[in-house]
Amino acid sequence: MAKPVEEVADAMFNMVKDAQGMKKLKPMDLTKAMIEFFGDEVDKKLCKLAIRELIESGRCVYTYFGGSFIELPHREGAAND
Amino acid sequence: MADLPNTPLLDELEKGPWPSFVKEIKMAAKRNPMGADLLGQLEQSYREKIGHWKHGGIVGVFGYGGGVIGRYSDLPEKYPNISHFHTMRINQPAGWFYTSEALRKICDIWEKRGSGLTNMHGSTGDIILLGTKTDELEPVFSDLQKIDFDIGGSGSDLRTPSCCCGMARCEWACYDTMALTYDLTMHYQDELHRPAFPYKFKFKMSGCPNDCVASIARSDMSIIGNWRDEIQIDQDAVGEYADKGMDIQSDVISNCPGKCMEWDGKELHIDNSYCVHCMHCINVMSKALRPGKDRGATILIGSKAPIIEGAFLSSVLFPFIKIESPYDKIKDTVDKIWDIWSEEGKNRERVGEFIQRVGLGNFLDAIEVEPVAEMVAHPRENPYVFYEEFYEEDDGEEEEEG
Ligand code: SF4
Ligand code: SF4
Repeated sequence: MAKPVEEVADAMFNMVKDAQGMKKLKPMDLTKAMIEFFGDEVDKKLCKLAIRELIESGRCVYTYFGGSFIELPHREGAAND
Repeated sequence: MADLPNTPLLDELEKGPWPSFVKEIKMAAKRNPMGADLLGQLEQSYREKIGHWKHGGIVGVFGYGGGVIGRYSDLPEKYPNISHFHTMRINQPAGWFYTSEALRKICDIWEKRGSGLTNMHGSTGDIILLGTKTDELEPVFSDLQKIDFDIGGSGSDLRTPSCCCGMARCEWACYDTMALTYDLTMHYQDELHRPAFPYKFKFKMSGCPNDCVASIARSDMSIIGNWRDEIQIDQDAVGEYADKGMDIQSDVISNCPGKCMEWDGKELHIDNSYCVHCMHCINVMSKALRPGKDRGATILIGSKAPIIEGAFLSSVLFPFIKIESPYDKIKDTVDKIWDIWSEEGKNRERVGEFIQRVGLGNFLDAIEVEPVAEMVAHPRENPYVFYEEFYEEDDGEEEEEG
């Protein structure tokens, strides 16, 4: 049975939170990790929805550092007040 | 109006008869203090030969992962009006057709909420709005939505698809570039706004092999109009060119890269089986020659500018397909390409680099496309697909024995 989107989003959020400041994660890193963790209870489509939920709830944001990543909202070092 | 700074180096760029961005910034500075600080910082950069922009941070508006390029001055005390100077990419209409009313509305929004400076258009094809503060990003987005404009792509997402003016203005268009561009833009909204790829991916649509949007050099997927029957010839019109003094032998026949044209002074012959569809003869004798009637496109894959590795040109994926709505074959192939590239591609690896790393044969296997002889890097050169089924096991043994 497919996992609810919120549950996958929560698992993704925890992963992003644990990696914050140490490793930047791309959407595909999250997707692969979820598929490994939940097995056939999730697929790429569901992970896409979970990422969308993660961003639209404001819990995570997209960032850019050479490529695009998903991180917790934070103040970039480059930002001026 | 803020006093303009002393800019002797920039002033050099106002000389001469051509348009000057310095002149434009000075004009914008009459209405917006950002302009004066921008001139000051730029002059300082020219003098010191050091850039004074810091990048990073903001990438989009709420919910989006692309379309905004965060930029800050590293001299905010000296140039406070450009302390924030973010760029916004706005999805242009296919073929860059606007009403003057639409353009005025965009400019009104940008004069109110940004520097008033635009770049029509950036190399991605988008409308580029240059310079605004973080607090203005959401209001600009909301104002733009009210006039039916949306933000474009940036970062590791689908970049805003772009095309030549195609059938709207050009008689050479072999398919409706604008219709395909609009359809792909709407179909792939999620990929455009929510970066999920290893790196950027660009579609560019050209209506014929003249390739006015340089898709063969600048897009991961180049969709170039083409024909598969015979070039249409109006022999009377060819004769008229000759009567009016065109040297058909030297201007057309001798420049044909396929060496497939003959002119006996009365009639023009083309051996279409050797034509490489370069468009030269059609461009030179535009009243006498036209692309064939059986029209569609060649789809190529993998070009990019030199950032990580060197520059690549696209190479052929489908020699010819019909381009008809709802474009299922293109979308099926694109979905398969994105699937394998997103899963196996390295960070910042363009699809062309990915193909080079894994090999075209393996890539074709993964996207379930049969190799054909036309999958070449250049016409008549280097079919770099390995045809396993034609390779006899004994061949290797014989070579070793010999
Ligand atoms: S690419 Fe071809 S069809 Fe498109 S504008 Fe140029 S000449 Fe015309
Ligand atoms: S299109 Fe190019 S290759 Fe073909 S006949 Fe004309 S000049 Fe020759």
